Amino acid sequence: MKRYPILPILMAGSIFLLAVGPFLPRWGMFLINVSLCYGIVVLGMMLLMRTGVVSFGHGLYYCLGAYAAGTLDQVYKISDMAVMMVAAVLVTGLASAALGLLLRKYRDIFFAMLSLAFSMILYGLLVKTSSLGSSDGFNIAASKIAGITVAGTSVDRYVRYALTVVFAFLTGVFMHKYLNSHMGRLAEAIRDNELRVEYMGASVRNVIHVNYVISAVLAGIGGALAAIAVGHIDPEMAYWTTSGEFVFVGILSGTGSVLAPFLGAFIFETIRSFAYEYSPNTWQMALGITMLVVIMFLPGGLWSLFARKRGAA
Amino acid sequence: MNTQVSKITKSGVALLAAVLATAPAICNAQDKPIRIGLVTFLSGPAAGPFGVPAKLAAEAIVDSLNAGKVPAPYATKGFGGTPLELVIIDEAGGATKQVAELRNLVERQDVDFVIGYISSGDCLAVAPVAEELKKIAILFDCGTPRVFEDASYKYVFRTRPHATMDAVAGAMYLLENRPAVKSMGGINQNYAWGQDSWADFTAVMAALKPELTITTSQMPKFGAGQYGPEISSLLQSNSDVIHSSLWGGDLEAFMLQATPRNLFTRSQLILVAGEPYLHRLPGSIPDGTIIGARGPSGVYAQKSVLNDWLRQIYKERAENYPNYPAYSVAQAFLGLKTAYEKAKVQGTPGTEEIIKAFEYETFDSPSGKVMMKLGKGHQAVTGTAYGTTRTVNGQITVGNIKYYPVERVQPPEGVKSVDWIKAGMKPGKW
Amino acid sequence: MAQLLAVLIDGLIYSSWLFIIAVGLTLIYGVMKILNIAHGSLYALGAYSAASLAGYWIHHGYPPMGSYAAMLVAAILVGLIAGPVIERGLLRFMYGKDEIVLVLVTYAVFLILEDFVKLVWGVDPYFIAQPYGLLGNFTVGALTYPNYSLVLFGAAVFIGVVLAWVLTKTRQGKMLLAVIHDREMSGAMGINVGRVYFITFTVGAMLGALGGALTAPMISVQPGIGAETIVLAFAVVVIGGLGSLPGAALAALLVGIVRSAAVHYRPELDLFSIYLVMAVVLIMRPKGLFSAQEARKI
Repeated sequence: MKRYPILPILMAGSIFLLAVGPFLPRWGMFLINVSLCYGIVVLGMMLLMRTGVVSFGHGLYYCLGAYAAGTLDQVYKISDMAVMMVAAVLVTGLASAALGLLLRKYRDIFFAMLSLAFSMILYGLLVKTSSLGSSDGFNIAASKIAGITVAGTSVDRYVRYALTVVFAFLTGVFMHKYLNSHMGRLAEAIRDNELRVEYMGASVRNVIHVNYVISAVLAGIGGALAAIAVGHIDPEMAYWTTSGEFVFVGILSGTGSVLAPFLGAFIFETIRSFAYEYSPNTWQMALGITMLVVIMFLPGGLWSLFARKRGAA
Repeated sequence: MNTQVSKITKSGVALLAAVLATAPAICNAQDKPIRIGLVTFLSGPAAGPFGVPAKLAAEAIVDSLNAGKVPAPYATKGFGGTPLELVIIDEAGGATKQVAELRNLVERQDVDFVIGYISSGDCLAVAPVAEELKKIAILFDCGTPRVFEDASYKYVFRTRPHATMDAVAGAMYLLENRPAVKSMGGINQNYAWGQDSWADFTAVMAALKPELTITTSQMPKFGAGQYGPEISSLLQSNSDVIHSSLWGGDLEAFMLQATPRNLFTRSQLILVAGEPYLHRLPGSIPDGTIIGARGPSGVYAQKSVLNDWLRQIYKERAENYPNYPAYSVAQAFLGLKTAYEKAKVQGTPGTEEIIKAFEYETFDSPSGKVMMKLGKGHQAVTGTAYGTTRTVNGQITVGNIKYYPVERVQPPEGVKSVDWIKAGMKPGKW
Repeated sequence: MAQLLAVLIDGLIYSSWLFIIAVGLTLIYGVMKILNIAHGSLYALGAYSAASLAGYWIHHGYPPMGSYAAMLVAAILVGLIAGPVIERGLLRFMYGKDEIVLVLVTYAVFLILEDFVKLVWGVDPYFIAQPYGLLGNFTVGALTYPNYSLVLFGAAVFIGVVLAWVLTKTRQGKMLLAVIHDREMSGAMGINVGRVYFITFTVGAMLGALGGALTAPMISVQPGIGAETIVLAFAVVVIGGLGSLPGAALAALLVGIVRSAAVHYRPELDLFSIYLVMAVVLIMRPKGLFSAQEARKI
């Protein structure tokens, strides 16, 4: 497999995005912003997929992260982005540590369905809560970052964009190092053959639990950043179709490297956006056909375009 | 020969030069059409009853405006002589998607105005974005009072009243016609619209008739489609009246399942948003059902030149007469046209001028007079109407129509709906 | 007492419906190990076709009782056309791939079929009122139920019994069971696994469409009914144990009665009653109620 120097590419990519941001049309900045948020969540999905489990309920953490950020603003009137990010990490970390205790015993479809069940329970709880706007959700106004007010200034959108780019970079670097570490390699081993890993003395359940928590925190970060970028959150974020989208983008991107989720998320968002514009009556069909084409011709996901195998060893 | 040709050529060139010289004066922004972005449901359960009727109405209205065929005072072509162009996108996909699509509409597709949004969630999400983009956005159909009660906007307008009046007028009509009701049950979809409708209605009834007992509040999930247990529960509750804000396929399914089980021989049904289904459910809506149209629209629109116009242009494109979303979209276009032309008369129709003209304006629409009197001039108010169904010659019609004026059914400026209802719905000064 | 009876009857009716929509899915998963998300579209296709055909039948003045046959014919046609098209035309090429990729393929098919349905039938809800009320009502205590519910219940029992008989008593059925149990071994023993897949998928598609067709008279067939049904069907299948017919029946019963009880006693829990049941069952029996013992391969 061709090996790319991932860290320099991440660094260069982030600097490029930060530099070119002010010159982009605002819809472009927004598109990249939302794609990166998705990308961060899918990064977590990728970790889980490398561990051999697929979660159909990551919308739970995406939503929790967003609502943690939102509740700070709505209920406690704290609208500092830095505090919101910390809250998102804490809340999702704790929730996933608890739920992970249960989920780590399951595999395959049961893991998927149990995680789906939890996310739908959160959805139901949020829809019942009229003080949080029920199914309409509410608007959040993240107006400050580390004490400096940005809302209403000309750099408002750029700051949110830059914040997302920075987080994408940090999470990308972290995940890259993690995957190349002891734990990361154990994850792949578990995917291949759990029983052997147990025999060799590692605790499969612990690894799955830790990876689950990491992926959940990533989803929470993505959710909080999305809340800050979009300015509105609603329980739809916990609905199973949202989780399904994450799975879909994960498979679309492939698990080749940490760059894959960001690339896949960006392409997905772009295709969806243009499908809306050019075929408002048949955008679902357009999306479905595109998916089939990708699956049929690029079974390793989009990333396999870039990672061509060398000749037979 | 040569001289003649050269004369013709010379005069031709002269003419061309003259045209080109004066062209800048003529070819100003007036020739470039006004692009209006329309955001409405083209897929999903809201498309059939609301989204597509709104789209058909919008297309019919734009064609009619461009041809100058709209009755007075809207006879000018387009807006102030400039033709209109519609850019339509699907409202499906959720609030986050709609926020992105609004940005695309404004920045990528370069629309001048946005008219849209049926879902309250989408309205709440896009309003701040429209403010940020500094583009006039007209919310044409969503019902939540929260838009202008929780915040104020400069660029956002809503040309139809919010949903509080549906509950208030409904309760008043019910008590006027069935003063002896003692118990009430409800079946509403378990999401914001259903929850708010029920909460508003019970609050109004509590203020008007405190001794009423609430028997059961069924909250099936949106799109459930299967209401067997809910209907059994309602049957057992023996309620005098059943309140429902169901719409779309859910309403049709509920009626299909409930009517054969004789639910409505026991209980009086009030359908707060039932108007779009009158022509769809012959035989499935029992006589005596109280129907709301979220305003004096659709079957409740009083005879007028404008009403006849809308009914005619809509019927040419659709199988039926226009329902209330079609009337809502008409209000949006006519309200914007009025503001635009008023601003143009006074000078240039720039965004700031149009906003000033739009605020607190009053204009005529197929459903009657619309006054932008709430939300600091950004939120419309009208009266509303309720009626009762009866079958005449095999067709369902509404009779016993009662109209309610604005001051009886809407909270005045500065008072939140919830508080106004709790305090007894004292008519404000309008 | 009367309320308890109502809970039971309502629960039974709803369970019948759940069983019919879930049985096709569990069959397909059991045999092919594919989580067929397109099952929701097949349900929708069945519903729309039944509504159209039955509507056409009634509109032209044919005897209304024949509309039931029209619905059945519609469902079978949908299954016979859509099933092979999807299986032979698409899935066949993907069998070697990862399970999750197959899920994605079925999701893509679901998206395409959603818009296909919209293109063919438009966005307006369809409804055919007559078949539902045609058979009259029956009363239990203070409550009236339409006899159509009995049809639903009867259909569920009939399908269950027929499938059970076919699977255990006929040769074809036993081959199917063998493939469910161990695909590789069955192939090694000479069973034409490809043909078994084809037949299973078509039958599963027909069952899905039948679910839609039987539901059509009770509801208004509108865009989006497919998506709502998939999650319910999946939940029932997972609770019962994948690939297990008695599991699907028991799960349908459980979910139906729990939901009915929720609606009667605690309506606000209705939104997540099915997910609570799923979570509780999975916690107590991690592979569902009836799960086959699988040897661990090292």
